[in-house]
Amino acid sequence: MDFRDSGDEAAFRDEVRAWLAEHLTAEFAGIGGRGGPADEDAWDVRLEWERLLGKDRWLGMAWPEEYGGRNASIVEQVIFNEEYAKANAPARVSFFGEGLFAPTLIAYGTEEQKRRFLPKIQSVDELWCQGSSEPNAGSDLSNVQTRGVLDGDQWVVNGQKVWTTLAHRAHWCFAVVRTDPDAAAHRGISYLLVPMDQPGVTVRPLRQMTGTAEFNEVFFDDARTERENVLGDVNDGWKVAMATLGFERGTAFLSQQLGFQRELTDVIEVARRHGATDDGVTRQRLADAWIGVQIMKYNGLRMLSRLVRHGVIGPEASIGKLYWSTWHRRLGELAMDVLGPDSQILEGAAGDPYALDELQRIFMFSRSETIYAGASEIQKNILGERVLGLPREPR
Amino acid sequence: MDFAFSEEQEELRQTVRRFLEDKSPSSEVRRLMETTEGYDEGVWKQMAQELGLQSLHLPEAHGGQGFTFVELGIVLEEMGRVLLCAPYFSTVVLAADAIMNAGTDEEQAALLPGIASGETIAALAFTEPNGRWDAAGITMEATKQGDNYVLDGTKMFVIDGHTANLIVVVARTPGTTGEDGISFFTVEGDARGLTRTPLATMDQTRKQAKLEFSGVEAKPLGAPGEGWAALSKTLDQAAVGLSNEMVGGAQRVLDMSVEYAKVRVQFGRPIGSFQAIKHKCADMLLEVESAKSAAYYAAWAAAEDNDELPVVASLAKAYCSDAYFHAAAENIQIHGGIGFTWEHDAHLYFKRAKSSEILLGDATYHRELLAQRIGI
Ligand SMILES: Cc1cc2nc3c(=O)[nH]c(=O)nc-3n(C[C@H](O)[C@H](O)[C@H](O)COP(=O)(O)OP(=O)(O)OC[C@H]3O[C@@H](n4cnc5c(N)ncnc54)[C@H](O)[C@@H]3O)c2cc1C
Repeated sequence: MDFRDSGDEAAFRDEVRAWLAEHLTAEFAGIGGRGGPADEDAWDVRLEWERLLGKDRWLGMAWPEEYGGRNASIVEQVIFNEEYAKANAPARVSFFGEGLFAPTLIAYGTEEQKRRFLPKIQSVDELWCQGSSEPNAGSDLSNVQTRGVLDGDQWVVNGQKVWTTLAHRAHWCFAVVRTDPDAAAHRGISYLLVPMDQPGVTVRPLRQMTGTAEFNEVFFDDARTERENVLGDVNDGWKVAMATLGFERGTAFLSQQLGFQRELTDVIEVARRHGATDDGVTRQRLADAWIGVQIMKYNGLRMLSRLVRHGVIGPEASIGKLYWSTWHRRLGELAMDVLGPDSQILEGAAGDPYALDELQRIFMFSRSETIYAGASEIQKNILGERVLGLPREPR
Repeated sequence: MDFAFSEEQEELRQTVRRFLEDKSPSSEVRRLMETTEGYDEGVWKQMAQELGLQSLHLPEAHGGQGFTFVELGIVLEEMGRVLLCAPYFSTVVLAADAIMNAGTDEEQAALLPGIASGETIAALAFTEPNGRWDAAGITMEATKQGDNYVLDGTKMFVIDGHTANLIVVVARTPGTTGEDGISFFTVEGDARGLTRTPLATMDQTRKQAKLEFSGVEAKPLGAPGEGWAALSKTLDQAAVGLSNEMVGGAQRVLDMSVEYAKVRVQFGRPIGSFQAIKHKCADMLLEVESAKSAAYYAAWAAAEDNDELPVVASLAKAYCSDAYFHAAAENIQIHGGIGFTWEHDAHLYFKRAKSSEILLGDATYHRELLAQRIGI
């Protein structure tokens, strides 16, 4: 048990710091803290920044060197993300490509697929979106109805996806598609890679409670993709989809704790300015939030050590997902209470487009965090059944 | 960067667990909790002589083994798991740490070997009838008479105060207030003028006593009047130790709940298949795991003796107190009527959770302390 950097780790940290100090200047330095992996705030600047990250192989740092990565260890990834958060660098835009699709591709893709897709993710020439959820398949993903049928050398895809974040920005979609309607629910599914820019794909924005429209409906009407664009075996896509979900619940979020810490610092500062730190109940809530964000760090570190030792996180990842999403929701509520009536006034003038400031955004967006990447109720089922071994509910 | 126990530490855990499962089953806990002394002398001796538990984190120069708070935390967690009835927390955590923090090298050389060998049972007499855990709560005065000091006043809620043969007392110089003028003293358990009354405790597995001092002669421990820093540190270390102990109990009640939820059938299915029960268990799991993260990290900070200690001590105490009490309470609910009986162990953990929550200051107290410590 030792929380200090080893010599190598310290050297790596210095390298990251130096890179950030050199590059995080001008307009890039100005947008830190704005936006998140699933929204479009300051999009163009963030895109340009992401290209810089790709060029110097920070984007893709975990990948093997032969695919342009740095073969960075998990600890190195965490160090990078820590320094990244400390520097208040821009929110990443390639979450779906780098965070979810790439690790799945590295685990299940063929050599050709890796060579085809990874470089374009790194150069930020191709962005990805996640086509899992459908109108009748949310928590119960195995109920997907979108159909994929082979027609010669191509798949023909028909159906509808929904809540597809950044689909309107994406060049490709990794889609969970039913390719054998006669097989049992989990059996007849394939993990298809579908290009978005084609006549058979229609993207319609859905306006969220935040007023913005980062997620969409995606309609496939005879959309086409090449026969080889399937990850894993045909009809064996369920386990590939589960791997993506694993990354979404586990490693992808391991390092966001520092960002949360920064938000809490802001809330404390606002509380001070509003005189709320004199109130005993508010003091309790602030301290509780502070305890929560520290424990998030310790939980993350324990999970990390397990990952380093055993190679996998396992269903325990649900603890992390449940913990951070619940904590963040409470922080948003606390922020509004600390602001008092000020919390109810938007930045713009009456009649302007509906626009939230940073704390209001936390308050709103955090409502989605206990829903996506596995709703809290589903996480509790997973913890109960797969970690504690309680009997499954009748299905 | 590594947040995992070493192989040797895991081995220590296994050794202690096996020992305690053998020596402190529920039947023994129930036998001892009905006694006034509240511990078994034979087991206490074995703990010292066979396992070296009392000497674990004491310095080698004074008969100890020189391990750290991380190892101590492991032992405490195992003790909390089985509700061991023994004056271990009072002797090895509260009193020994006070002696190490406050005492000169000579004083340590005189006092610690007895603790290390298991001969000395020690207590820290700090709280008073006002029930406060801070400096202002200390009102007992120590009056200088020649080379000696004389203590007058009452100490309350003294863990194992009635069985200890060495009592470390905290008192203040007449005329001082707050953190000024705090001093440590030692007195023998059977000192003249000292009346010790065991108290009837809600949690029978941890004994408390009232200690009334009337003109009791006492030896100073460390520099008189300058004891606050040592006391504050002792309380932080004790909060860390107690947090680790609580984590052991919290894991045990979660295990009990899960075991029962798997086998108890109602409406034709195990109750653990109902989400109302399953999700309670999932919530407990999240809290128990988080409590572990906090307690282990705090133990590391205590081992390092770094600047983080005061903050993480309050953090761990606040979180673990809430987590343990919540888990112990849910355990009763999940067991239904059986959980409410004297015969079932659920109430023993429930009561220990409550007494631990209050000991050294409850979660509300520590959240406020933490707010101050991080500058809110
Ligand atoms: C902001 C945002 C972005 C998203 N981005 C994407 C994306 O990019 N790609 C994508 O594919 N999807 C995306 N999603 C969709 C997300 O994955 C789903 O919303 C989620 O899986 C829940 O599905 P649902 O909305 O159909 O709700 P439902 O599954 O209908 O759930 C409704 C409620 O019922 C509860 N419930 C369901 N089943 C059970 C059960 N067995 N036991 C107890 N309670 C249960 C749920 O917990 C929830 O509270 C996004 C969602 C949001 C909010």
